[in-house]
Amino acid sequence: MDITSMTAATLGKRIKARELSAVEAVKAYLGQIEKVEGDIRGFVTVDREGAVKRAEEIQKKIDDGTLSGPLAGVPAAVKDNLCTENMRTTCSSRMLENFKPAFTAEAVKRLEKAGVIIIGKTNMDEFAMGSTTETSFFGATRNPWNLGHVPGGSSGGSCAAVAAEECAFALGSDTGGSIRQPSAFCGVTGIKPTYGTVSRYGLIAYGSSLDQIGPVAKDVTDCAVILEAIASHDPKDSTSMKRESYDFTSALVDDVKGMRIGIPTDYFTEGLDEEVKKHILKVAEVLKEKGAVVEEFDLSLVQYAIPAYYVIASAEASSNLSRFDGVKYGYRTPEYEGLHNMYKKSRSEGFGPEVKRRIMLGSFVLSSGYYDAYYLKALKTKALIKQAFDRAFEKYDVILAPAAPTAAPKLGESLKDPLKMYLGDIYTISVNLAGLPGISIPVGTDQEGLPVGMQIIGPCFHEDRLLRAAYAYEKTRAYERPAIVKKGGDR
Amino acid sequence: MAKQYETIIGLEVHVELATKTKIFCSCSTRFGGAPNTHTCPVCTGMPGSLPVLNKQVVEYAAAIALAAHCEITRECKFDRKNYFYPDNPQNYQISQLYLPIARNGYVEIGAGDTKKKIRIHEMHMEEDAGKLIHDEWDDTSLVDYNRSGVPLVEIVSEPDMRSADEVIAYLTKLKTMIQYLGASDCKLQEGSMRADVNLSVREAGAKELGTRTEMKNLNSFKAIARAIEGERARQIELLEAGRKVVQETRRWDDNKEASYAMRSKEDAKDYRYFPEPDLVPVVISGEWIDRIRKNQPEMRDEKLERYKKEFDIPQYDAEIITESKHMADIFEKAAALCGKPKKVSNWLMVETLRLLKEHEMEPEEISFSPEHLAELVTLTEEGAINSTVAKKVFEKIFAEDIEPAAYVEEQGLLNVNDEGELLKVLQKVIAENPQAVVDYKGGKEKALGALIGQTMKAMKGKADPGMVSKKLREYLQ
Repeated sequence: MDITSMTAATLGKRIKARELSAVEAVKAYLGQIEKVEGDIRGFVTVDREGAVKRAEEIQKKIDDGTLSGPLAGVPAAVKDNLCTENMRTTCSSRMLENFKPAFTAEAVKRLEKAGVIIIGKTNMDEFAMGSTTETSFFGATRNPWNLGHVPGGSSGGSCAAVAAEECAFALGSDTGGSIRQPSAFCGVTGIKPTYGTVSRYGLIAYGSSLDQIGPVAKDVTDCAVILEAIASHDPKDSTSMKRESYDFTSALVDDVKGMRIGIPTDYFTEGLDEEVKKHILKVAEVLKEKGAVVEEFDLSLVQYAIPAYYVIASAEASSNLSRFDGVKYGYRTPEYEGLHNMYKKSRSEGFGPEVKRRIMLGSFVLSSGYYDAYYLKALKTKALIKQAFDRAFEKYDVILAPAAPTAAPKLGESLKDPLKMYLGDIYTISVNLAGLPGISIPVGTDQEGLPVGMQIIGPCFHEDRLLRAAYAYEKTRAYERPAIVKKGGDR
Repeated sequence: MAKQYETIIGLEVHVELATKTKIFCSCSTRFGGAPNTHTCPVCTGMPGSLPVLNKQVVEYAAAIALAAHCEITRECKFDRKNYFYPDNPQNYQISQLYLPIARNGYVEIGAGDTKKKIRIHEMHMEEDAGKLIHDEWDDTSLVDYNRSGVPLVEIVSEPDMRSADEVIAYLTKLKTMIQYLGASDCKLQEGSMRADVNLSVREAGAKELGTRTEMKNLNSFKAIARAIEGERARQIELLEAGRKVVQETRRWDDNKEASYAMRSKEDAKDYRYFPEPDLVPVVISGEWIDRIRKNQPEMRDEKLERYKKEFDIPQYDAEIITESKHMADIFEKAAALCGKPKKVSNWLMVETLRLLKEHEMEPEEISFSPEHLAELVTLTEEGAINSTVAKKVFEKIFAEDIEPAAYVEEQGLLNVNDEGELLKVLQKVIAENPQAVVDYKGGKEKALGALIGQTMKAMKGKADPGMVSKKLREYLQ
């Protein structure tokens, strides 16, 4: 039985049916980590002993019937910006290299309650700032499809680990595309839910008004099942919403007849790779054949999304990251003279260049005399972008778009030109600004054999529509695994 | 002729609200406690923690705003004020800048012809910071986050005050009002009420405002009055010498009765305020405002009128008693228990005020229980103790809140009502003081006093002096 190739839902079913145990599942994944992690480097921390111990405890609860959910006994990994009481939480930064939180993030707690075994913490861009997972203090994660390429980011560790079958699924966080873009680059499925669906309590904030936690998995069904486990109204998070429904799995129906799908023409212009474009338009044809009504339309304001995003996210980040000062926890410079020198040296040495760049940018746009020109204008732009989407959703049930302009770039290519890296977020960023749900699903590979992903966007609280469209499309093609996992077994 | 100057003063008053828990978490707000015991991930700024607004803070803030005739902002928001300092665990303070909870109010000071409105510019809610403890010996600083996240309201006045007296009147008015609402205990010494003074001077008759300074670290009404006088004199001296007042923040040192500059406008911090993304706007409905208005307790002016009418207390006495909600509470409870409001009022007006003055205490610091004062009144009324003993017992009550009945019993202070015993002592005193007896009989009324004194002494003060006088007169007739 090839445990690691199963989807989380299938694995959960097998465990429930006593065909295999939680301990066997955990050991299978730990074995896979042993084989491929040296190449992938998707993890910051793997808790081998703890994972086996928890698996034994979970198995007891499964045996005595106290745990019977769909994910009981399933091994998973979580991004290293989600607080875990028993494992260090680093945000892939030197600043938090040895930081052990006093509490576990609400989303992770919900998984643990559902019987999920957290086997480790995945690598990411430092404090989720970056699109390649190369800004990690612990070094870059590699794309399982081609080790010379990046996995995308900032949840690159989570997506690479799922693709390389080092865990059954993972949690990521998405501030400007950080779940959807690396999912596309790694050929897996990831969803960013409507803002306020998953509690942010215990997520170390980057851009608080944009951050959302979401699942990364092998398929759409898994995403729906995981989302059902982690979504909740949490009184500890004031921005958490009380949704009418927390049922996501009912949307998994292979039927898009009459579904109105809009394709924004402004997303298919200059800058979009021809191969990616071809793939997305092919998907549109497939959905049309299945009965959907597909139409092109003008979304507008697309060119303003990136500047608005980088102003808002950086402004919030500059304030969110000010708590890392060497006083209470985290990195403190060994030698200093006085308080201000301690602050300055600890922060200069503890943060990497991309984090510093965004802190400076954010501090600048909030400083007196510039607030109105930058921050306030960005907020107005955000409101206009939301309105543009609202108008679009009067006509369409969902919007079909690329997840990224290209497939995964080569390692080392992006950091040289941060502006170019920022432009890579063009199709995902507006979704965060408008608070909308978006899903990224694999639709094929390019000539170099790298995965291409597609994004489906829906109105707030309508994850059901994205799940349904994605599920219907997914039914038309088989899940592709990277060569490394097939090879992995032979080593 | 020397120029005349006018002083222009505006105040920023911080008040710690009397909620049981902190503004954004459920930690206790209790004063004191071992360092860092009233803390959690939220009020120590741990990564991943998030603030959740305490509704009671909004209730108290709105109640104060309504009592100060402010307009309530129906949709108010919190903002982050960014600055690095270790007492502030996140290195930003959650406060309100762009849409504070209330604006445009006033409170009235003075009475009759001197009545004056001091306008309130705005009022906002915010969190307090922790406390730094500097260990000089070890050359280190320690931080205690127990106070971090205690709710505050800041009340910003317009520059409407012209003298230290007006400032004290305004502060007293605010303090009384807030205490009556139960929204804070307003103790300056403990820092639950803090005032920063913005002051400028200008030549009398001038239209333009002068350059102002902000004075911090004022922790008593006396310090505030002294700081105002000092700063006014300093600014006038500068102007007279042809120099300019620099816009700056100054720190008052009440021991030296002088201030020194903390920071000037040039190096003023840029707080990079922006809307707090972790909190949603606070929407306040009309019904909610109505409910708060309806639930407002009896305020001072109403209480004062009622005391005059219901208890026949004179205006002046009623003013003193009602100025402190704490004193008014003691008065009402004690009066209800013993049924002698005027007697209770006397104890408060004479002995209590005297002792407060003697110990340099505020009425809020009165620590005796109304039950014990009532008991004392009853003991005196029943003639169980005389007034001299009563005064001594009251001092004990004031200092240690002793139970008077048990105390006088223990100390053997009860009046001796045994006529035989008294008579025996009288006879002895008369026999030992023949000259005084002769003088009294010769018409020297003063001599009787000496005899009474001797008798009281012999009785160790445990007799009723009135009774002694009466018996003496009878005996010597």
